[in-house]
Amino acid sequence: MSMLHLVNKSPYERNSLDTCVGYVKEGDTLLLIEDGVYAAMSSGKASAKLSGLDVAVLGPDLAARGISEERLIDGVAVVDYAGFVDLAAAKDKVQSWL
Amino acid sequence: MKFTIQVNEGPYQHQASDSAYQFTKAALEKGHEIFRVFFYHDGVNNGTRLTKPPQDDRNVVNRWSDLAAKHNLDLVICVAAAQRRGIVDDGEAKRNGKDATNIAPGFRISGLGQLVEGAIQSERLVVFGD
Repeated sequence: MSMLHLVNKSPYERNSLDTCVGYVKEGDTLLLIEDGVYAAMSSGKASAKLSGLDVAVLGPDLAARGISEERLIDGVAVVDYAGFVDLAAAKDKVQSWL
Repeated sequence: MKFTIQVNEGPYQHQASDSAYQFTKAALEKGHEIFRVFFYHDGVNNGTRLTKPPQDDRNVVNRWSDLAAKHNLDLVICVAAAQRRGIVDDGEAKRNGKDATNIAPGFRISGLGQLVEGAIQSERLVVFGD
């Protein structure tokens, strides 16, 4: 049973990322959207928490915040909305950590 | 694949309604079916036709209405959340003695059972909120 986890708030604003990573299992993907994309920055405070996880980030939300892909943690995948849909379809369930 | 989308946040607050719209649009473009979009809590505010955003801004409400018209989407507003926030259709105006309606084209008001049905009938429920 694989799951797509969605986190949409900045780690500087909420603790939803902390809650989420405690539940991410092998085979799951964590997709960062909206202000959640700040967690994918290699210089950010959340970067250590994401190591070893399958992490993707929504490209349009990254661009809207002026974050270039060079500033991301190594190995983080950048997807567009079509890629978001593909992830939702590929995993068995989608969980939004609101 | 069949999706139901839940929107818990009003337009122009943060980004939930925009994200839900973009996801819905992308899913339709990929040939998936959107069984229903359910607007809950402040999300019901996406369904008033009286908004008038600045011309250079996106029109969140019209965008949903247009997508619904194009793809025959079922946009459902939670009745209890709508009553609290003043989202009114003809039936609700009559039932509650209100002198006007404001529901946008393509939206309808119904109960929480529609969300449960959406969750059961669809293969994925994707929730967007605050």
